[in-house]
Amino acid sequence: MLGVLFDGVAYGSLLFLVSLGLSVTMGLMNFVNLAHGAFAMAGGFVCVVAMTRFGVPFLAALPLAFVASAIAGAILERLLYRRLYAASHLDQVLFSIGLTFMSIATATYFFGSSQQPVRLPEYLRGQVRFLGADFGVYRLFLIAAVAALTTLLGALVTRTRFGAQMRASVDDAQAARGLGIDVDRVFSVSFALGSGLAGLGGALGVEVLGLDSGFPLKFMVYFLLVVVVGGAGTIRGPLVAALVLGVLDVAGKYYMPQVGAFVIYAAMVLLLIVFPAGIYGRRR
Amino acid sequence: MRGLTGELRRETLFEAAFWLALLAAYFLLPGYRVLGSQILIVSLFALSLDLVLGYAGILTLGHAAFFGLGAYTAGLLAAHGWGEPLTGLLAGAVVAAIVGFVTSFLVVRGEDLTRLMVTLGLGFLLYEAANKAAFVTGGVDGLSGVTMWKLFGVFPFDLAGRTGYLYSLAVLFLVFLFLRRLARSPFGLSLRGIRENRTRMPAIGVPVRRRLVAAFTLGAAIAGIAGALLAQTTQFVGLDTLGFGRSADTVIMLVLGGTGRLYGALVGTGVFMIAQDYLSGINPVYWQFWLGLLLVAFVFFARGGIMGAIERIRR
Repeated sequence: MLGVLFDGVAYGSLLFLVSLGLSVTMGLMNFVNLAHGAFAMAGGFVCVVAMTRFGVPFLAALPLAFVASAIAGAILERLLYRRLYAASHLDQVLFSIGLTFMSIATATYFFGSSQQPVRLPEYLRGQVRFLGADFGVYRLFLIAAVAALTTLLGALVTRTRFGAQMRASVDDAQAARGLGIDVDRVFSVSFALGSGLAGLGGALGVEVLGLDSGFPLKFMVYFLLVVVVGGAGTIRGPLVAALVLGVLDVAGKYYMPQVGAFVIYAAMVLLLIVFPAGIYGRRR
Repeated sequence: MRGLTGELRRETLFEAAFWLALLAAYFLLPGYRVLGSQILIVSLFALSLDLVLGYAGILTLGHAAFFGLGAYTAGLLAAHGWGEPLTGLLAGAVVAAIVGFVTSFLVVRGEDLTRLMVTLGLGFLLYEAANKAAFVTGGVDGLSGVTMWKLFGVFPFDLAGRTGYLYSLAVLFLVFLFLRRLARSPFGLSLRGIRENRTRMPAIGVPVRRRLVAAFTLGAAIAGIAGALLAQTTQFVGLDTLGFGRSADTVIMLVLGGTGRLYGALVGTGVFMIAQDYLSGINPVYWQFWLGLLLVAFVFFARGGIMGAIERIRR
């Protein structure tokens, strides 16, 4: 029981880390980005390649994954995404599906379609026994890392000048622009930051979520789910949603394996019926 | 006035030529009848999506749910001793329509993003259900043992797709005539009005919600017919009839041809599936890459699809 809850929280915090960038894209730019998982996959591959081909230690490979995904996000935002902020949602969906397909094909071309192995360092493996239940060390590390990052991001959003500009842009981009805030720059930086976090999540998640070239499609629904159920444009909403969904998914697969992923989709449809604008969604 | 009738006559001529070409393909390309009937069936599915997405403007990524429902209904009927094709189609349509009607209330009320998620969720829900209920559906192995009776008691279904092609063509043609009529009716016009400006339509007395529910249900029914057709002509139902891939591919086909035009669904499906047959034969990974690139390029440069481009040239 405790073990399932723990695994669910670890899984949920990973979902949260990846989805946070998507929450920014959907909340800030009102952009339906189905390609968000591609950034997470990119981070995962950067991490795996750095470790297996160049012998970079795991903890050093994580920032690499962040930086690489952030740069990829910044470039794509500049060149492509930016032009579609005002486009219809159908156009955004088509564009991001196209991007997803290209990322999957590219990953298959270079790495094949099999699962990528990752070898965790010795100190992150094994179990700790506490209160009569076993806790995986890596999952503890995961939860701690995400908790630290969340605190840091919370401080960034609430305490810094950039955070204030970001909140202003989410609330009303037009008024923010009128106050002299460079909203386009806020968008670019937020997008890059979100992509970087997705990449970091993808790298951290190789051990938990797995990594293969089908990753962006396989987890697309989960990431969208976290944001839509939680309410786009906030930190708290996706956090709560990710933890709830993570626990539900793990518990569903553990206690009712014959029903499996059914639980998560049923929960999603139900939650969307009860909260059409997300749990913490703002009324528009 | 004469200019207008002349225009109409020319359009009718084009349409007649289009359908006669599809009929002629049966005789001229006997080796492609199986692929041909697949294209016709997916065209029918794309048409149903055009009604929902192109006319009513409901953003959906789970339309294959209804295709799969129709396919499994007709397939299960035939596998359990009722192989009569026409009633099988009807059963597929009815089951899909019922589920479509019930779910339409969830879909219609939200905004684009919620609609997208709900349709996506329902699609995955049904996929998982069919996957887990292997004792009914055959699960990942697919539903086999589908044996069809002869069409009208005369024409047997065969692997060469002889009956399949003409049967699919006839069903597609009839549904198309119905939709063509519907699109020009006050109902069709009100759907386009809702797509263009949802808040203004109530002001001229259009019950927006009811119209969208009707369009979604009808779209589901037609998708069910298409699914049933696939089950009957291939005598097999796989999980992929319900999958996200099918929903997404069909959205792509529709957009490639041009939304809200009916012929766009047919042309887009034809071009897409012939290209897929040719290119994925070379290498499936390349196909996915080029498809993605095509989509991205399309969004930036070619709104309105193939039919939109033709309209621009003719103008």
